[in-house]
Amino acid sequence: MSPTLQLFLVISAALFSIGLLAALSRRHAIFILIGIEMMLASANLNFIAFWRFSPQSQPPTGVMIAIFSIAIAAAEAAVGLALVIAVYRHYRTTNVDRLDQLKG
Amino acid sequence: MVGLISALIVIPLVGALTLFIAPVKNARPIALLFNVLAACDALLLWQHFDIGAASVQLVERHAWIPAIGAEYLVGIDGLSLLLVLLTSLIIPFALLAQRMDRGFCALMLIMESALYGTFTAQNFVLWFLFYEMSLIPAFLLIKIWGGENRDRAATKFFLYTFLGSVAMLLGFLGIYLARGSFDFATLASLGKNGLLAGKLAWLAFAGIFLGLAVKVPLFPFHTWLPDAYESAPTGVSMVLTGVLSKMGVYGFVRLLLPLFPNEIRIIGPWLLALAICSIVFAPLAAWAQSDLKRMVAYLSVNHLGYCMLGLFAIGASSLGASIDTHAALSGVFMQIFNHGITAAALFYLVGLLEQRRGSRGIGDYGGLMQRTPLLCGWMSVAMFSSLGLPGLNGFIGEFLIFKGSFAIAASFTAIAVIGLLVTAIVFVRAMQALFSGPLAESCGAFPDLLPREKFAIIPVTLLMFAIGLAPQFMFNIFNATVNHMARLLA
Amino acid sequence: MSPWIIDHLWLIPGVPFVASLVILSLPNGRHKSAASLAIAGQIAALVMSFFAFLPTLQQPGFRAVQNFRWFTFGDHALRMGWLLDPLAAVMLMMIALVGLCIFIFSTGYMAGDKNFVRFFAYLSFFSGAMLGLVISNSLLLLFICWELVGLASYLLIGFWIERPSAAAAAKKAFVTTRIGDMGFFLGLLWLYGRSGTLLFYDSGNGCLESAGLAVLGASVTFIALLIFCGAVGKSGQFPLQVWLPDAMEGPTPVSALIHAATMVAAGVFLVARVYPLFSLGAISGVTSSLTVVVWVGVTTALMAALIAIAQADIKRILAYSTVSQLGLMMVSLGVGGVAAGMMHLLAHGFFKALLFLGAGSVIHGCHGEQDIRKMGGLRRLMPVTFSTYAIGMMALSGVPLFFSGGWTKEEILHVTAHWPASRLPYYFLLAGVVLTALYMTRQMIYVFFGHRRAASEHAHESPRVMTMPLIALAICAILFGVVLTPAWPWLYDYLTGSPAHVEFARLIQPTLFLSLALVGAGVALGIWMYRRAGMQDRQRPADTDPLEFAQPQLFRFLENKMWIDELYARTIIAFSWTSARLSDWMDRNFWDRLVRGFGTIGQVFGMFTASVDERGINAGVDETTVGTRGLGRLISAAHSGQIQTYLGVIAIGVLALLLFYAWLA
Repeated sequence: MSPTLQLFLVISAALFSIGLLAALSRRHAIFILIGIEMMLASANLNFIAFWRFSPQSQPPTGVMIAIFSIAIAAAEAAVGLALVIAVYRHYRTTNVDRLDQLKG
Repeated sequence: MVGLISALIVIPLVGALTLFIAPVKNARPIALLFNVLAACDALLLWQHFDIGAASVQLVERHAWIPAIGAEYLVGIDGLSLLLVLLTSLIIPFALLAQRMDRGFCALMLIMESALYGTFTAQNFVLWFLFYEMSLIPAFLLIKIWGGENRDRAATKFFLYTFLGSVAMLLGFLGIYLARGSFDFATLASLGKNGLLAGKLAWLAFAGIFLGLAVKVPLFPFHTWLPDAYESAPTGVSMVLTGVLSKMGVYGFVRLLLPLFPNEIRIIGPWLLALAICSIVFAPLAAWAQSDLKRMVAYLSVNHLGYCMLGLFAIGASSLGASIDTHAALSGVFMQIFNHGITAAALFYLVGLLEQRRGSRGIGDYGGLMQRTPLLCGWMSVAMFSSLGLPGLNGFIGEFLIFKGSFAIAASFTAIAVIGLLVTAIVFVRAMQALFSGPLAESCGAFPDLLPREKFAIIPVTLLMFAIGLAPQFMFNIFNATVNHMARLLA
Repeated sequence: MSPWIIDHLWLIPGVPFVASLVILSLPNGRHKSAASLAIAGQIAALVMSFFAFLPTLQQPGFRAVQNFRWFTFGDHALRMGWLLDPLAAVMLMMIALVGLCIFIFSTGYMAGDKNFVRFFAYLSFFSGAMLGLVISNSLLLLFICWELVGLASYLLIGFWIERPSAAAAAKKAFVTTRIGDMGFFLGLLWLYGRSGTLLFYDSGNGCLESAGLAVLGASVTFIALLIFCGAVGKSGQFPLQVWLPDAMEGPTPVSALIHAATMVAAGVFLVARVYPLFSLGAISGVTSSLTVVVWVGVTTALMAALIAIAQADIKRILAYSTVSQLGLMMVSLGVGGVAAGMMHLLAHGFFKALLFLGAGSVIHGCHGEQDIRKMGGLRRLMPVTFSTYAIGMMALSGVPLFFSGGWTKEEILHVTAHWPASRLPYYFLLAGVVLTALYMTRQMIYVFFGHRRAASEHAHESPRVMTMPLIALAICAILFGVVLTPAWPWLYDYLTGSPAHVEFARLIQPTLFLSLALVGAGVALGIWMYRRAGMQDRQRPADTDPLEFAQPQLFRFLENKMWIDELYARTIIAFSWTSARLSDWMDRNFWDRLVRGFGTIGQVFGMFTASVDERGINAGVDETTVGTRGLGRLISAAHSGQIQTYLGVIAIGVLALLLFYAWLA
């Protein structure tokens, strides 16, 4: 059985769902961050998979975007972690249930 | 001498301001000082007034709110001058009646200013402003310094007159919308050919009539008057009857008669009937009063009824300017002034009795002639002046009014004579009860007239004699105006 | 001879006025200066009146007029003026002379009064007003003086101010005469409106001259009758006679001067003065207005004479006598005898003043007692008073030949007998003559004859200052008759403006014998009826009047003045008072409520609009607000600030979107 596009998309969807679940259900800010990273990763996987199974005459755009995206995700993770630390310093907690300053 | 009239209006206001700001203990001398200034100004006005000219004189005109036709337009003719002089006389007389505190004097001064303004304004908006401005001090003076029932009386007074004013304002708005002017002279010149047409004319007429009739007051809108005059402190009663009631009569002469000649002619008999009711029922009611102040108040209604009789007779007359219109108008003008000083003097004297005895019931006194002959003597003069005894001022006005109206409306005038009779009965009865008989115990310690009281009452009484014997100097003030108005109304 | 006074006629009333003002400003204790000022003023008036009288003698029908402008109203001048003619001149003389006598008498009579000064001020004031009244050349000026004498009368009746009865009498007098005056006032207005002038004589333009009378037309009857109302009030004619007897509450000199000699005669004078208004359009001397005058006069004359018979107060008898005599004068004027009426007025002025002063002297002697039933036998104690009183009594009764009253009364009877309209007034007047003699005899017997009774025990003759005026007036009452006799009717000719003539044949006339017989009958009847008055009789107690004993009901009816006062009290006064109460009640309860009712309508309307505001408009806005706020609260609840919730919602939303596209596809 050779790998097909279907297979990659299913894996990617599963990865996204797991990430989403983590981002929604975990109470610790860092785990939410990790969940978001997982959703990002599944998106990258999709890019590459759609590029690989498209007609080969095209330039490697999918890979390019994935690399770009990974770079941004790294920066984002850095900012996110910094925020978490700042929040922790201020509130002495990283439990997101307690962080409801955005309430209207 | 342009500026005299504005000065007249401003001087009392400055006085009031001074009293409000300066924390003085004895406010009356200051108030009197400003009154003297205003009186001097009024005398200057008289001096500069050309008695031969019929037109409005010493006019001051400034733009004010051009968008609604309001302008600052003041000037005097004979009638205005007469009333300005009356005001200058009555207000200090009223201030002399009682020793009162700062606020009282200041409010009196404000009222004085408003009165001067009312009698000199020649534009409706300005006139109405002053007209209403006089109401507020009067209300406060009754409400704060009044006697028993002052709240009720003050409220009644305010509501009645204010309602009347609102009706009048509406009437004038109607006229303005139709004719686009608030100027008295302009409107008066339009009046002869019908200022407004149809129903609108009657509505405007009714509104203005109501406003003025309440102010005068004319039967049956007079019921606020006994209450207000009774409750008001002496000085305020004097001003109310002496000058404030004249605003209504002034309005009739200045506004209603020139603006609505046709309407008045049509319902003339009904208006005359109202005047007759004032003349006959008011003294009858006065007869039944046991309170001296109420009695004098009712007689005021009666005396103003004579003014109304004369004016309505002129209005109802279909003849041209004749000796009768001249007589009736001159009589009304004389009566305005005479009633002003006589009724004020009566209230003053009743006030003196009240200060001495602490009550105003006719039955509370008796035999005063033995104790206070001077007080009784001067009071008798005022009473005889009020009942129209020849030789005193009251007779001149009443004679001319009756002369004029008898030729125009003989039957009404014949009924009005009953009023003269009943007035006599009321006063003779009061004199009998107060002055004669054995001296009442409660009156045993009365002092007779004190020097300062003489100082207040004697000049006014001498004026009554002067007008009664040689009235020409009074007629000179307004003869040209009478001629002018008689032509206008014919 | 003396034109100066004609140009300065105003000085005659002016001097007493000024005297009055000066006296009024004197301090209370200055009795002597007050009296001398008043008397000096009166003497001056008398002298000036005399000098005014002289030129009127020079030519028959003399008339001097001096008009002036009082004031100008509008374009029109109101003019008044002074007038000197025989009518005015004789009135001036009579008033000044009688006034002077009474002033002098008063200095004695009022000597002990604490308000002596005020009394003389009032008297002078009255004198000035009365003198002004008779020389007015304008109905308005006459009316002004008319009211001023009314004021003086009011002040003097109520002079003893501490007496409630005096104050009540003064009030009654003022109000009653004012009722008449209002008629006068209307007549004056009417006349003014019609003729355009109130001047009597104005070189052809006056209202009493032919041109002025011509414009009056039919209204002249009403004008005359309205003016007559004033005369009725002032002269105490029926039905306004009620005040005059009560006016006797005033001091006796006042009664003599004002309520006997001068002021009450002003009504008669007024009718005589404006006589052309009454007689205009007369058919053989009769007009409807004159007929009214006659019948009012007859009624008054007879009624008052009847009432006088049953009165006990010495002054009241004289007061009713005055009313009766004034009625007589009115009859005379009404039937056309103006000169006769005026002659009687003048003669009456003298002898009635004499009688009143005599009564004053009696009262003074009897220490203030006025009830004739308590006097008696005074003729020995007060000889001067008695003899002068007797002269006055005979003059009043109309004893012919020697007394002025006899001649004038005879003259009146003469003209009345020739009235073409009816003979009845003549017979009534004859009855009046008998009654007059009767009540005067009764009074004389009670006061001066018989035994002394309670009040006359310690009576004494009055001082010289009081008896001298009595003697002077008695002489006047007799001597005045000289110019009245039909043989030399000087006064008659003087008043009617014809040259004097002498005609002895007219001295003896049938009416002379007739009146002699009637007066004799009256006196005889009186003596017969009252010869035992005041004495203990077999059937009759001493204090009962013989007439009362014989006819108790009739006597009671007359004693109570025919119940007229009570009738008025129950009808007119009750009605007026009720209407006064009603007016007051209407004011408090009807008019006030009516106007307040309109206010209530406004209030109800206000409440209605308020409720529309409150329940409709305001509530709508309120609900909107509440709804908006609720929605806001609902929505703000979604803003929990829980990032994860937001994220979940986004996820669900995306999912739903995907499913929707899937369904679309």
